[in-house]
Amino acid sequence: MATTVHEPPKIESLPDRNRLGEGSAGGGGPRSPIPAGANLQAVHDHSSPASRTGVWVAIAAISMSFAAFTSALVVRQGGSTDWRHLALPRILYLNTLILLLSSITLEVGRWRFRRWTGGTESQRAGAQRALYATFALGLLFVGGQYMAWLQLKAQGLYLATNPSSSFFYVFTAIHGLHVLGGMAGLLYVIRKLGTSALRRGTLDAASHYWHFMDILWLYLLLVLWMKL
Amino acid sequence: MHDMAAPAAHHHAPPTGFIRKHVFSLDHKVIGKQYYALALVAAFTGMVLSWLMRLHLGWPNLAIPGLHWLTKTGAPGDLMTPDFYLQLMTMHGTIMVFFVLTTAPFAAFGNFFLPIQVGAEDMPFPRFNMMSFWVTFVAFVVLIASFFVGDGPTLGGWTQYAPLSAVGSVAGPGEGAGVVLWAASIAIFCIGQLLGALNFITTTLDMRTKGMSLLRLPLSAWGWFITSCMGLTAFAVLLPACILLILDHVAGTSFFVASGLVVNDQLQPHSGGSTLLWQHLFWFFGHPEVYIAIVPGMGIVSHILITNMRRPMLSHKALLYSMWALAFLSYMVYGHHMFVSGMNPFSALAFSFPTLIITIPSTVIVLIWIGSLYGSRLRINSASLFSLGFISMFVSGGVSGFFLAQPSVDIMLHATYFVVGHFHLVMGVAAMFGIFAGTYFWFPKMTGRMMNETWGKIHFWLSFVGAYCIFMPFHYLGIMGNVRRYAQFVDDYLQPVLGVHKFITVAAVVTGAAQVIFICNLIYSRWWGPKASVNPWEATSLEWSIPSPPPFDNFGGKHPVVYHDPYQYGVKGSQGDYIMQDSPEASPTGTSG
Repeated sequence: MATTVHEPPKIESLPDRNRLGEGSAGGGGPRSPIPAGANLQAVHDHSSPASRTGVWVAIAAISMSFAAFTSALVVRQGGSTDWRHLALPRILYLNTLILLLSSITLEVGRWRFRRWTGGTESQRAGAQRALYATFALGLLFVGGQYMAWLQLKAQGLYLATNPSSSFFYVFTAIHGLHVLGGMAGLLYVIRKLGTSALRRGTLDAASHYWHFMDILWLYLLLVLWMKL
Repeated sequence: MHDMAAPAAHHHAPPTGFIRKHVFSLDHKVIGKQYYALALVAAFTGMVLSWLMRLHLGWPNLAIPGLHWLTKTGAPGDLMTPDFYLQLMTMHGTIMVFFVLTTAPFAAFGNFFLPIQVGAEDMPFPRFNMMSFWVTFVAFVVLIASFFVGDGPTLGGWTQYAPLSAVGSVAGPGEGAGVVLWAASIAIFCIGQLLGALNFITTTLDMRTKGMSLLRLPLSAWGWFITSCMGLTAFAVLLPACILLILDHVAGTSFFVASGLVVNDQLQPHSGGSTLLWQHLFWFFGHPEVYIAIVPGMGIVSHILITNMRRPMLSHKALLYSMWALAFLSYMVYGHHMFVSGMNPFSALAFSFPTLIITIPSTVIVLIWIGSLYGSRLRINSASLFSLGFISMFVSGGVSGFFLAQPSVDIMLHATYFVVGHFHLVMGVAAMFGIFAGTYFWFPKMTGRMMNETWGKIHFWLSFVGAYCIFMPFHYLGIMGNVRRYAQFVDDYLQPVLGVHKFITVAAVVTGAAQVIFICNLIYSRWWGPKASVNPWEATSLEWSIPSPPPFDNFGGKHPVVYHDPYQYGVKGSQGDYIMQDSPEASPTGTSG
């Protein structure tokens, strides 16, 4: 919050700050509106655009929801005699690797996007390729999670079989839905990049969310694996 | 956070078609009005339900003509069954808490005025904002639909304690499909409020115009911002709880039902669940929810009183920090709803301390209000009267909280009418008065016309006296040992209080009927009231610097520049004893910046 407090007089002398978000990171590229000799430190926009704040707000809400789910799991596991701990399907570890890999491809895409701004057309295509790869890996992850469900089903473990399988299905399903939401965000970013209308803030928001899905999944995997 | 030089940052062009303009509108002002209309319909529905309950409590053998229209089995010969009484009670509580007290002060006024008060042309995510309202609307429809599905709505109370709520239709009418619809409705409602909170938080943090530092926000904007932070965390916890409850019903899981439970002579197939888990999850949401209902009212009332006192509060910052303290502490006290739930007595003690501590910021807020009012020459109008009424109700209801905060006293008073009186005054009626105050104050800006002051004052006095006549006797009943949630009080020991119940019923019907004055005033003034000027109350905040009603883009495509703290009253300005926030003239108090 402190970062968004600003003193009006300081801003008055600054150039058009709204365009800054679209350009390079303030490094003075060809499209940079920063005049020569300007105080770069002051020009750096410390206030975050709404999409970037918004994604942190969303992350806070999702964290709260999964904290509630976790506390339910802790209470349910600790206070009952009918808990039979689930052996996690092996494929989950492969899925985890896929999701981690998708974060890397996403970062590659972001890095290329930063380099592209004001650059050539092939660089943009490179950024787009990396984002498509991220999307494909996300799809693969969701498919992999579905495979894990099929494996459990083959063992006769359904949603209501045991509390531990109940939590497994609930956690993976709700996480999976959130990943699908992130993929929708990626598609939006790719489309915007295609028309050269992508703003840094939008890409940042989508990638923060995507990385958060990674971290959340690692956390959920730990919680499901751990025996309290 | 825009520059004057920046291109006008419209997120969308003014709509032309009827649907985009009035139905699926992206304009925060239209969405605010839609929320207000929904709250009005919900409040009326909830009030009628409470009338039915009150009639039955006062005259248990009275047949209410037409009652069988509302239920298939609950009113043979128009005579209310105990089950149907509980169904009405559950629906009354759910509708009032969620669809009135949460939507009107927070979502309705907040949507309309938060962006304007921070100097923005809209919220940053208008599509989410539109979804927020329509999702909430669907939630309301789903809830009302439970009247017409199967054996009616759930009878478990607005808190839906497990295992009653989780075992299914074996537990009674409405406990099957009724609970599923209830939980689905609330889950949908949570999504709507989360989308709203996302917009409110980002609006406050990122959309403030040039010069609008955080401490220059009006107190009403602070109320909405603090509430949205609470809503974000509280509704994010209720949503998973509702999902788990639905799964216990439709998928046969056992989250909330213990093993070996026998309900109505039938052994339940569930095993090993935790009934207390639901209470923990619910009250972790439920207590902040109480503050979600009241904190916007605090902000609105402060804003209105300052305008009518013509001077700022004794301490703007102390008031603000106390509101934050309330929000923060509201998460640490939820266990006081569970003193008699069978949880560890030591945790009861641990929850008792913060509960008593939370009275400190509440008291600070009230003292600042009263201290600021002392010696001020308050302009008496409907808005300021309802603001005073808000303070009165909040104090009267809050004082009984001291008793309930102590586990030893609460064991005796728990689940009696004492509690019912307490929360109706402190959160129900107080928040309603906040809504009325906000309506009389902002109606000119929202519609461009003034409301009738005389009828507004009559409405106030009838509501004020009426609310006390209804809810003060509740405390007496509670001390007499009158338990809540019973459909009839014809036992020997409660026979003597039947007269009190009759009095309360008459008071409730009269007070409710007095609200017709408000509705008529609202409708008449909307079309035929005198035209409102830009700034009829001579107020300082940004909403009074633009036409009434505001144009589509609020500030006409420009970004206002803010030079002053929100409440520059009692100074020599060019227009009178006040200086608008966006007025470039210098302030004698030296707070321009």
